Amino acid sequence: MAMKIKVALAGKPNTGKSSLFNLLTGLNQQTGNFPGVTVDKRTGLCTLTPSVVAEIIDMPGTYSLYPRTVDEQIVTETFANSRNENYPDKVVLIADATNLKNCLLLLSQLMDLGFPIVLAVNMIDLAATAGFSIDIKRLAKELNMPVIMINGRTGQGIEDLKKALAEPTVKSSKTVFRPDPELMAPVEKIKTRFELGTDYDAYQYLQLYQQLKFLSENDRNFIQQVAQEHQFFPAKFQGAETIQRYEFIQDILNKVIVRHPDQDWKRRTYALDRILTHKVFGYLIFFGVLFLIFQAIFAWATVPMDFIDHGFASLSFYLSNLLPAGPLFDLITQGLVPGIGGIIIFVPQIAILFGFIAVLEETGYMSRAVFLMDKIMRKFGLNGKSIVPLMSGVACAIPAIMATRTIDNWKERLITILVTPLMSCSARLPVFTILVALIIPEETAFGFFNLQGLALMGLYLLGFLAALLSALVMKLIIHTEEKSYLILEMPTYRSPKWSNVGYTILEKTKAFVFGAGKIILAISVVLWVLASYGPGDQMDQAANAVAAQHFDSEVEKENKVAAARLEYSFAGKLGKWMEPVIEPLGYDWKIGIALITSFAAREVFVSTAATIYSLGSTEDEATIKERLKNEINPLTGGPRFTPAVGISLLLFYTFAMQCMSTLAVVYRETKGWKWPAIQMAYMTALAYLSALAAFHFLN
Amino acid sequence: MKPGETAVVAGFSSPELSPKLLEMGFLPGTVIRFNFKAPLGDPICVTVGNYDLAIRLNEASTIQVLS
Repeated sequence: MAMKIKVALAGKPNTGKSSLFNLLTGLNQQTGNFPGVTVDKRTGLCTLTPSVVAEIIDMPGTYSLYPRTVDEQIVTETFANSRNENYPDKVVLIADATNLKNCLLLLSQLMDLGFPIVLAVNMIDLAATAGFSIDIKRLAKELNMPVIMINGRTGQGIEDLKKALAEPTVKSSKTVFRPDPELMAPVEKIKTRFELGTDYDAYQYLQLYQQLKFLSENDRNFIQQVAQEHQFFPAKFQGAETIQRYEFIQDILNKVIVRHPDQDWKRRTYALDRILTHKVFGYLIFFGVLFLIFQAIFAWATVPMDFIDHGFASLSFYLSNLLPAGPLFDLITQGLVPGIGGIIIFVPQIAILFGFIAVLEETGYMSRAVFLMDKIMRKFGLNGKSIVPLMSGVACAIPAIMATRTIDNWKERLITILVTPLMSCSARLPVFTILVALIIPEETAFGFFNLQGLALMGLYLLGFLAALLSALVMKLIIHTEEKSYLILEMPTYRSPKWSNVGYTILEKTKAFVFGAGKIILAISVVLWVLASYGPGDQMDQAANAVAAQHFDSEVEKENKVAAARLEYSFAGKLGKWMEPVIEPLGYDWKIGIALITSFAAREVFVSTAATIYSLGSTEDEATIKERLKNEINPLTGGPRFTPAVGISLLLFYTFAMQCMSTLAVVYRETKGWKWPAIQMAYMTALAYLSALAAFHFLN
Repeated sequence: MKPGETAVVAGFSSPELSPKLLEMGFLPGTVIRFNFKAPLGDPICVTVGNYDLAIRLNEASTIQVLS
């Protein structure tokens, strides 16, 4: 049995940390969550030597142990609490040779916490082009720890790193930061009370006790008392600490950095920046990139999506011939299998979207996009980084909301989460196309604008405007103490490492399928039960009554029976019960049923409409469209789907939070039901009122 | 400051932002260079030590410089 050690991989962003993680673990990696929060945790096994195996934990990128974001908070919590399940035996700190100074800040803090550390210096080649090299031996001596040169792109140095990790490393004998003498009294008190290993451990408690979640209420009160007794001001001492650390680092850098006079390395990046952040070309290119992503999600994703759709349909069919009939059989073939299909169908879009995001981040372009958009987004209470979730929201709000984690400021992040579902996601598209086809004539305006296409574009634009305006309103309503700021690294442009793109796609897809997937499956089963079962034997009676009538064909009979069953199911009852509420919008109970079932996913509207209008399980757009066109409103004798009703429904679907899975993700991201409830309320109100206004104005 | 100009960090006027700015490398005495602005005038791109940062005018204005 090999010895197993825990190794944390830490470092600041843009150092090639994920590359190193992928190189060390290969495909032996897993994605989970850090305890208590929903920050993705990547772990993987790595065989260092035949007798030592390391569990590598990829820590979120951070500049220091003083956290500003949820991700950074994780790093602090992990390193400050020796009882944390991820508390490592050793740390690999990865540093970017071109910017060693900033990388060593975190290193110096980890040294003071007493961790045995191996320093991995990446991007030596870039440093060489930048005109300097690093005296690695000297650096190791000055820091008193193993220092390994690696190349995260080619994999050079990985074996040396593994070897160094397998050695019984001891902690560095250096202490970088010593708390101010006047702070030694409180530090000693805390150190004794919590039995901590180093002064800096205790000092961290003193600085961060309000944020450290693993401390009990009692512990916190104790530290607060100590802090008050000694008049401790966190910000003042934090600044002093950082300066002291940088003095130590600068001292070392002066000894280890060997400069070459050539300094034109940055010219290429600046030349590119001149174009990519140009006031005309910059935006043209940016919107070109957005358009490309948009196209990819809609056009390229449909091929695998159709394949998945058909695959699951045949699986259901295959199983229905295989299993004995009964309620369990129905649950599997009609509830579970389509439910799982409903999760998997989103995989192509998510994979493509995160593929693009990964490429944009790897190349360094993402920072430029933020740079271009920050000023506009800030006006709406959003952050330059909000553009990524908003853009992703066009595919699916779920990964988009997951992508808000990179926003440091809580208020800006919250607003982004709240408004992202207003962006028209792909699940609205089937509803939109069928309703638009129903009420907008297929004609062209000015010779070349397809009217239906224009209407569809208008709906997307409407969703986007609603998102921006809601953000503006929320900016005024939501108050926080937190100051908004943006300090973002603009990394040098480089070509993406494709294996990293692949890993990102794999990881995000897994996170979606196993994270959000569970909730989606549960809800789809509940909704299936609502639509398939009814109170008492009313469903069977209705079905029998219909079946007793005369029909021209067996298919027509089956379809009529299915419609009758749905009418007397729980969902049908609910639809009728809520008819008075939705009547002012121009809807009847049949549309009501479709509203309820499409809570699972908006596109279910289409299949429900097919069933309720006795079309069987067809999803053929033309058939459904014809049938909807012929539906009569018994009150007026005219068609049920007048332009007024159609537009009212379109508006409803544009604004309503018709997606339980999104709510579930918001619950996870905001850790409570308060914000999902508010989101549900404001979006439903917006949907209801605009649909009401449209119907009355047009009718 | 104008694009291309350099200056030396002298101190900070905002106690809330200074720890973050310090961590990002704005140490008193460091040479910084103003590279260019975003097309809308804000944020701006500055070089600190050996790397580039995007920073809003708000934050930038809390950095006191000698030039």
